[in-house]
Amino acid sequence: MKGDTNEQALLKGLANNDSKAIETIYKDNFNMVQAYVLNNNGSYDEARDIFQEAMIALYEKAQNESFVLTCQIKTYIYSICRRLWLKRLQQIGRYAHPVDSMEETVAVEEDLEAHEKRNADFNIMDRALSSLGEPCKSLLEGYYLKKMDMNALAAEFGYTNADNAKNQKYKCLMRLKKLFFSQYNIGE
Amino acid sequence: MDDILLLEAIERYLNGEMNSEERAYFENLRKTTPEIDQMVVEHNMFIHQMDMYATRRNIKHSLYETHTYLLERGDLNEGGELTTKGKVVQFWNRYKKVTAIAASVGGAIALFISGLAFYFSSAVNAPKLEQLGKDLEVVKKNQQYQGAVIKEVTSKIPTNARLLSGGSGFLISNKGYIITNAHVLKGTGAVVVNNKGEEFKSSIVHIDHDKDLAILLINDPEYVPVKNIPYIIRKSNADLGEEIFTLGYPRNEVVYGMGYLSAKSGYNGDTLSYQIQMSVNPGNSGAPVFNKVGDIIGVLSTRQLQADGVAFAVKSKNIYALVDSLHNSDKAFEDLKMPVKSTLKGMERKEQIKKVEDCVYYVKAYGK
Repeated sequence: MKGDTNEQALLKGLANNDSKAIETIYKDNFNMVQAYVLNNNGSYDEARDIFQEAMIALYEKAQNESFVLTCQIKTYIYSICRRLWLKRLQQIGRYAHPVDSMEETVAVEEDLEAHEKRNADFNIMDRALSSLGEPCKSLLEGYYLKKMDMNALAAEFGYTNADNAKNQKYKCLMRLKKLFFSQYNIGE
Repeated sequence: MDDILLLEAIERYLNGEMNSEERAYFENLRKTTPEIDQMVVEHNMFIHQMDMYATRRNIKHSLYETHTYLLERGDLNEGGELTTKGKVVQFWNRYKKVTAIAASVGGAIALFISGLAFYFSSAVNAPKLEQLGKDLEVVKKNQQYQGAVIKEVTSKIPTNARLLSGGSGFLISNKGYIITNAHVLKGTGAVVVNNKGEEFKSSIVHIDHDKDLAILLINDPEYVPVKNIPYIIRKSNADLGEEIFTLGYPRNEVVYGMGYLSAKSGYNGDTLSYQIQMSVNPGNSGAPVFNKVGDIIGVLSTRQLQADGVAFAVKSKNIYALVDSLHNSDKAFEDLKMPVKSTLKGMERKEQIKKVEDCVYYVKAYGK
């Protein structure tokens, strides 16, 4: 079953961070997931976390150029959420009898594995960045995440010239790399 | 300083910012110096991780914003109050087609299945539940046995009416309001008898067949109101395994019974009632079910025929719903105030019974 053109457009919008597309997908699928989690021992907060996790998985999948969704968005999100939630239940030992609604599911194990790898990478980077401390964190975020120009950064942080800022950025980057790779290599 | 320049070169190389001459030189450098080549690979990987981190953080942020936005607009609901009534209507509009289809499909299936069930089971369609009201025959028999009492009884029942059914009931207010089962009241009126055999005329002021509850009001000049009601009526649900007891009139004398709460729902999952384990008999219908400390948690109503000692009691919170609807329907009943204080806590069971038995009545319904 191929997703229809409307769904393809939505996914394209999602991949490009189009807020309208995100909103539409969110609105169309959230209640289903919330009901599922609530019916299976979960809270409102947990439902939101699980759903957003699935949205991220879909988003990352959609960003892949060669990506074609072989089922409906709804089915995909439901399948991801279902797996994620069952796993979460098992982890916290709240595993009772899971109730399934009559939704169809697709195999998402591979996608989830990739997603979890990226999750782990994200967390390592997040920890590394936050243990870096200021102003290193903001400086690197400015340069590498917000792609700001060195002169602008120097002005914002109050360095007398771009070379000094560059110097500082280099030191910070070395520290960040060290922090990141020490964790990252263990994770490999 | 060299390292800084090198990193800058690597970044410019990776970003494609070098001109062809520089690029050729740098690529040559990579080939001849493995350390630099390694640095390029490592840095490229790191930058890729940073990019992934950035995208992930951005999408997380937009999802958070979207969630908050949709929540504010009322498109999502997280258990809080809906902000406006309009949202409910929106919600209904959105789903009414689906609901209509689902309902009609469900209806058709239900009809089909019940048709099937009826077709196949009509031959062995024995009743599974028995209401615990006493029918005419039993009452008649009692009348024969206890002629003396019955003479007094007939004086209160209109001469042209006959006794139709009997059960139990209990006071919920010292003004003479009595709760009993709706199925006990088969006829047009009722008399109530206290534990001393004194009989009082009463009228049916409210009856709810869905909840199987009814309210009677004693309107007899001979009735001396009790000073206060010793028990309270529980609004919340009782717990599984709670020890319970009841007082009722399966015969002309008040009878005590005890058991425990065995399920939080009644027959076939009926959420209006509890399942209790207690040996009960016809005539127990409408009897109060007390928990250990003497709070009323339910009204005994039916028993299961095939199972021994399995009975069902209407949950006490339904009494409040019944009284509310009575209050709403007629201002004249505003004097009906529910008891708020229990004097039974910490007492021994026989003391509790002594206090309670004055408030439990034998209900006899009559009609033409």
